[in-house]
Amino acid sequence: MTRWLSKNLIRIYAALAFIYLFIPVAYTMAFSFNDSGKRNLIWQGFTFKNWLNPCGAPEVCTALGNSIKIGFLATLFSTILGTMIAFALGRYSFRGRNTTNLLIFLPMATPEIVLGASLLAMFLNLGINPGFWTTVIAHVMFCISFVVVTVKARIASLDPKLEEAARDLYATEWQTFRRVTLPLVAPGIAAAALLAFSLSFDDFIITNFNSGTVNTFPKFVWVSSARGVPAQANVIGSAMFLIALAIVISAQIYSSAKARRLQKKH
Amino acid sequence: MANHPDAAKTGDLKLSSITKSFGDFLAVDDLDLVIPKGSFFALLGPSGCGKTTTLRMIAGLEEPTSGKIYLGDTDLTDTKSYRRPVNTVFQNYALFPHLTIFENVAFGLRRRGIKEVKESVEKVLALVELAHLRDRKPTQLSGGQQQRIAVARAIVNRPALLLLDEPLGALDLKLRRQMQIELKWIQTEVGITFVHVTHDQEEAMTMADTIAVMNEGRIEQLGSPADLYENPKTAFVANFLGQSNFIKGTVESTSGADQFVNLQGTRIAIPAARNSSTHKSLLVGIRPEKFRIHNVGDATTGNKLEGGVVTDISFVGVSTQYQVEMPWKQELMIFEQNDGGAPNLRKGDAVTLSWEPHFTFALDGDEDVKSGLAGVDGE
Ligand SMILES: Nc1ncnc2c1ncn2[C@@H]1O[C@H](COP(=O)(O)OP(=O)(O)OP(=O)(O)O)[C@@H](O)[C@H]1O
Ligand SMILES: [Mg+2]
Repeated sequence: MTRWLSKNLIRIYAALAFIYLFIPVAYTMAFSFNDSGKRNLIWQGFTFKNWLNPCGAPEVCTALGNSIKIGFLATLFSTILGTMIAFALGRYSFRGRNTTNLLIFLPMATPEIVLGASLLAMFLNLGINPGFWTTVIAHVMFCISFVVVTVKARIASLDPKLEEAARDLYATEWQTFRRVTLPLVAPGIAAAALLAFSLSFDDFIITNFNSGTVNTFPKFVWVSSARGVPAQANVIGSAMFLIALAIVISAQIYSSAKARRLQKKH
Repeated sequence: MANHPDAAKTGDLKLSSITKSFGDFLAVDDLDLVIPKGSFFALLGPSGCGKTTTLRMIAGLEEPTSGKIYLGDTDLTDTKSYRRPVNTVFQNYALFPHLTIFENVAFGLRRRGIKEVKESVEKVLALVELAHLRDRKPTQLSGGQQQRIAVARAIVNRPALLLLDEPLGALDLKLRRQMQIELKWIQTEVGITFVHVTHDQEEAMTMADTIAVMNEGRIEQLGSPADLYENPKTAFVANFLGQSNFIKGTVESTSGADQFVNLQGTRIAIPAARNSSTHKSLLVGIRPEKFRIHNVGDATTGNKLEGGVVTDISFVGVSTQYQVEMPWKQELMIFEQNDGGAPNLRKGDAVTLSWEPHFTFALDGDEDVKSGLAGVDGE
């Protein structure tokens, strides 16, 4: 018995950990099939109704659309700006580089509630009404730090000899960047963009301060949670989860198929 | 293979008073060097003596603090590295990890806008015998294969000059010997000037036509491998290339081509051409394998030193190594081939040493006999 236990301890532990992690997800998914009417708190029977009509609840798809739009714009701007900052910090030495490095960390270390409140104060002082664009600006601001840190790590792991080799092999500065540096840093930039999108999509606190009357998906869920979240919110949450899962799995399959193809060739 | 746009402009590589300093540190110190077109040239020296820095300046990856670099009549000093008809094989190869072997090799040709890439790349892959790996990524290759791809990626461009920065440093001994032969063969095959940096004296001697021995940012001596070995001009060179016995002596007289030297009380002859010093006090150098060892009283030819006592004998297969203590309390090292020529000796036996005068070399008496030894030990 103890032998069996010691042999399988790690498996049992892993299983428990997974159960712990996935119970909320499973709960969300299960309740997306609940024939609930208005309040989605008690199981009242199985139905596909919610999945067939995800925009059924008032506002839910407007909020989702806003979240996607804001997420997309915030990702675009923060990835471009953050990548440029990361190159500047990772590749060039200039006065104030260390200070910049430190300041980049600041938004990550500051409590969101403080950031959100002070941003709102700033917008109001400037006479800007909070709305869609103030939300985008706020999101770009906190996403940039994460992009810089992610991309900079990738740049730091890049062997400068590779760029020298490119220059030695007749590549101009631009060609070196385009053909060697960028492709090698690209996985880092992609990871940073995904991170930025999920941070933006997920954000509630800063958004709540700075979005005025514009509704986002987290805001919608928060507001409706007082009355019981409609099952459509579960549908959208589950769908997001499944899409992300599908992307990860197909990436895995693609890369292992590619590896197998290479193996076979030789 | 595609011709290089600058192929016509090739010629000898000339470094003229090249200096490179990093802050107050002089990495390369007023270097003058001519590397003849088509030669296999080795830059040999201990770690940190400025070999890589010199190569990087030739490649255009580092800017000289002062001095000029010429290829034939063209001044390359201010030319961008991507405009120089020079390619480098980097120490750790620096193959592009995101590109296939084929695309790695094609990189230089594509950047120069050459159309018939396929044929050239396939030809050079065949030359290094790795055509079957063309679709792999660099990480899927062994160290030796990566090394050959790095060479292929450079020579496919038909540069006027190929720079190799310790290209064999990462390989094990057996593979290194094999690659030395292969590189030498490739060089004769393509006829490109090779500048090969190494701190392995054996590698430099077996591969190069000409060796420049570098020390602390300067060239100590330049010559053919045999010339450097037989007639070193400094203790550093003598120690860096092989082993030497140094004995202090003073010049007594010169008659014609011969010089007579008082070597710790014994009068010996050396050819005047073998003395690179003008001073009276000398450091006389004799390589261990040049000595012959005799029982006392046996007939000898050439120079002779008497009164030695064997203090140690070690048998190493092809030869036997003796330590002999001389009357002036100096230990000399003698290597004898195990061909039956040497007498049977035991520790404590009294012996006489002899050698041919033309195997002697003489240096300034104030040379440091230990110079260059640290570099050898350090490797
Ligand atoms: N970028 C740099 N900044 C400061 N010092 C440098 C720099 N590059 C090289 N040096 C110094 O210049 C000297 C020569 O360096 P170099 O790399 O040319 O040596 P090397 O002969 O190639 O040595 P090794 O055999 O170890 O490769 C060294 O003392 C090194 O510390
Ligand atoms: Mg070096």
